[in-house]
Amino acid sequence: MTKSELIDRLAAQQNHLAHLDVELGVKSILEQMSSALAAGERIEIRGFGSFSLHYRAPRMGRNPKTGEAVALPGKHVPHFKPGKALRERVNYS
Amino acid sequence: MSLTKADIANRLFDEVGLNKREAKEFVDAYFEEIRVALESGENVKLSGFGNFQLRDKNQRPGRNPKTGEEIPISARRVVTFRPGQKLRARVEAYVGPGD
Repeated sequence: MTKSELIDRLAAQQNHLAHLDVELGVKSILEQMSSALAAGERIEIRGFGSFSLHYRAPRMGRNPKTGEAVALPGKHVPHFKPGKALRERVNYS
Repeated sequence: MSLTKADIANRLFDEVGLNKREAKEFVDAYFEEIRVALESGENVKLSGFGNFQLRDKNQRPGRNPKTGEEIPISARRVVTFRPGQKLRARVEAYVGPGD
């Protein structure tokens, strides 16, 4: 399912809302989630899961083309932990 | 601090102009629709954010950490999240709590 399919499915079900509002709603949710993570904030959705940041320590990497060593700085990466309800529904169907 | 469904609904009320009840329902429907897709075996690709992918795991040996007893971990299907390029780049720029 892609973002536009998600929008269509929600619009079909929330038929009191204009298609455009559904589109704006989905985009707003994704932007809120992205900007929360970009600000180092966690996201907690009961029954779905939580998103948080994991830290990756600085390390020496290599340019795969030239073989040259490059220092890579520490960084954060997004991490998702599925909630209980999601884990169960995905597994028992 | 963390972002919750209530926070998301409040922003939908402010930004998209849904009323409070519609906003709350919308947020619930949004996450439910993603769960339904995953439950029915579909991967979910949200461009700019990331992909929720299903992975089938084989049975593997495990152990009860308390008793040391060996118990097999049954075969299962799990959800993994792969953040997209754009989200990765935005999060990478986060320097950490300034302390």
